[in-house]
Amino acid sequence: MSAPRPIRPYGDKKNDGAVQVSFTLPLARSAVATEAAKRYAAKMGLREPYVTLAEAIAPEFTFFVVYGRATHDIDVAAITAEEAPEGTLSRDQIDEEIARRFGRRLVVLGCSLESDAHTVGLDAIFNMKGFAGDYGLERYHGFDARNLGAQVPVAELARLVRETRADAVLVSATVTQNDIHVRHMTDLVDMLEAERLRDRVVLIAGGARVDHALAKELGYDAGFGPGTTASRVAGFLLEELSRRHGLLGNAR
Amino acid sequence: MASKLGLSPETIAGCRRLARQVADGVRAETEKFTTVSTERTVLRLLGVDGVDADEVPLPNRIVESLQASGKLGRGSAVWMGSALATGAPTVAEAALRLSDPRRAAAQAEHPRWRETVAPHVEATVARIRGNRAERERRMAGHPPEEKPLLYAIVATGNIHEDIVQADAAARAGAQCIAVIRSTAQSLLDHVPYGATSSGFGGTYATQENFRLMRAALDAIEPEIGRYVRLVNYCSGLCMPEIAAMGALERLDMMLNDALYGIIFRDINPLRTLIDQNFSRRINAVAGVVINTGEDNYLTTADAVEQAPAVLASQFINERLAKDAGLEDWQIGLGHAFEIDPTLEDGLLYEIAQAEAAREIFPDAPLKYMPPTKHMTGNVFRGYQQNTLFALTSVATRQSIHLLGMLTEALHTPFLHDRWLAIDQMKTLRSNARHLADEIRFTPDGRIVRRAREVLAGAEAILARVASHGLFAALSEGVFADTRRRKEGGRGYDGVLPKDAAYANPFLEAWTHELAGARA
Repeated sequence: MSAPRPIRPYGDKKNDGAVQVSFTLPLARSAVATEAAKRYAAKMGLREPYVTLAEAIAPEFTFFVVYGRATHDIDVAAITAEEAPEGTLSRDQIDEEIARRFGRRLVVLGCSLESDAHTVGLDAIFNMKGFAGDYGLERYHGFDARNLGAQVPVAELARLVRETRADAVLVSATVTQNDIHVRHMTDLVDMLEAERLRDRVVLIAGGARVDHALAKELGYDAGFGPGTTASRVAGFLLEELSRRHGLLGNAR
Repeated sequence: MASKLGLSPETIAGCRRLARQVADGVRAETEKFTTVSTERTVLRLLGVDGVDADEVPLPNRIVESLQASGKLGRGSAVWMGSALATGAPTVAEAALRLSDPRRAAAQAEHPRWRETVAPHVEATVARIRGNRAERERRMAGHPPEEKPLLYAIVATGNIHEDIVQADAAARAGAQCIAVIRSTAQSLLDHVPYGATSSGFGGTYATQENFRLMRAALDAIEPEIGRYVRLVNYCSGLCMPEIAAMGALERLDMMLNDALYGIIFRDINPLRTLIDQNFSRRINAVAGVVINTGEDNYLTTADAVEQAPAVLASQFINERLAKDAGLEDWQIGLGHAFEIDPTLEDGLLYEIAQAEAAREIFPDAPLKYMPPTKHMTGNVFRGYQQNTLFALTSVATRQSIHLLGMLTEALHTPFLHDRWLAIDQMKTLRSNARHLADEIRFTPDGRIVRRAREVLAGAEAILARVASHGLFAALSEGVFADTRRRKEGGRGYDGVLPKDAAYANPFLEAWTHELAGARA
């Protein structure tokens, strides 16, 4: 079936444009505040805005839930989006392929940078235990996986890349205010380039607000968003490093 | 309260004996040393404050000078007293003198240093005692509080914006307001100065920020008819300094774990265990409730597997806290609702763990942390997980309930995220008010078996830690699979041996005061 384009959100019938939004206005709850929320929703492009909740959450703040019908539509045919390629190999297969193609363990460093103290995502990819039933990189024979933990200075990471002759670096970036995570991520690329190390490593970014497009834009080789498992990252590393070293992968 | 889980009192008593062995071992290894942070804290308590032209805090400058001339092992109070006894008219003058390395080197010990410094010690001890009395007076003026206490976090990075959010949360029903620190702060070896508006993922803990938030929460107290507790983070490289600042500005709760910095921030074990003792001494006299950080074991590793380590750590934290003078009502042992929601009977395990903590530590104000690890960005599912968390919290009589945010893992909470969480917990707290009274567990059922298993596991860990000693256990990676060497980690260069005649007049005063209170 070829869907007629453009499209709108689907509530209970095709292209009805049904959406729900929730937001807070810095106004005391009043009829005027509710009307303001309604008109604001209209400005967002919602027809028939219907305020289902106007809650005074503080003396000067009101929280709204608004339903409406989106007037905007989107032409899907005009969209392209990139995604880091999906791996299909199991852990055992990846280990076997690394041994066959490289004849050595691949050194993978992982950390979060500078002021970033979060490690949940990093640990999910590295720890033996892994996440959601998918073992972490430390469990692979094919990887010498080193989780450097949180708050690693960019300069320190660059030094370790050189010392360990790392094949890949995984940077976990947790969103903070002021987009500080983006700054540290680009600082790393700049530093690796200045040290002539950038071409030696596969550079990967991961985190709740990271996607492939953002990572590429910042000069990384791939970006993985929330819910990414270690085996997906492992498969990507195998293929990308094989490509760089001119080693043959499996026919896909 | 009769035990619903039928946990063996002998096993629990055995765990406490093992924890005592662990704590005694820690004391034997740490009491020979002091730290730069401990000595900076003494200076702050003597009234040294402010920064120099390079924004370096004066307590840091003085400690550096004293360390450079080999004087620090005697204790910073000795040199402040000596400077005051040899012509420095004020603490500020004495501080200025000692912050100059040459003048610090030239400063001779004065035989009357102790008498000279005594009024300054007494003034601070009195101020902290006064703050504690004021808290008690304020709280006594209101009806008893509903439990669990609703604990909300603000984290805008800007203290003035934090105040707007804290005000909204407190009015909506939050009883504790924690100002999350800027993410890098735990690794700073100094405390920033003044009001700040540019933190990352949180707001710097400074004495001025403490004062501003305290004043804001006090200001709404008459209107909302409740005292709102202020919480900050006594951890990292400046643990006792933060405790001192909190005591001076009447903070009510402090995150203050004995092992967290070692395991999760790679801070030197000796440094941390020395600093935790002095910080807890201060929290004890200030009437502060500490919150320990066992929830962190659950976020970094599997929650089902780590449950015994959490309980073992709670026993150790309890003992170390008591050794530092904290009483049961001040020891907010931490744990968390972090089991994978897709696990069959996971909720039963959560209930088992929470109920076990309640029964094993009946007088501790248990701090219960919300799901974070398995929050996915599906905010609807997140709200559902938080409802189960809230229900478990009420059903097992937890004391301090850290409100779960439906947008956890996405961004720092929006104003209405916090309101939704407060509304959710208020509903559960009322709607299931007497559920805990009604619940009985099937003898030898899943929950009871799980609780016993966790207790047995904790006992095994404690036995191992007690026989090897805590430092050896840390180097073997007993906790959170993380190995930490006694001579490794950040801040080891700030640990130094005490001279035979080492003196810390505050520690002496408070050890005496607490011993007096006990008698």
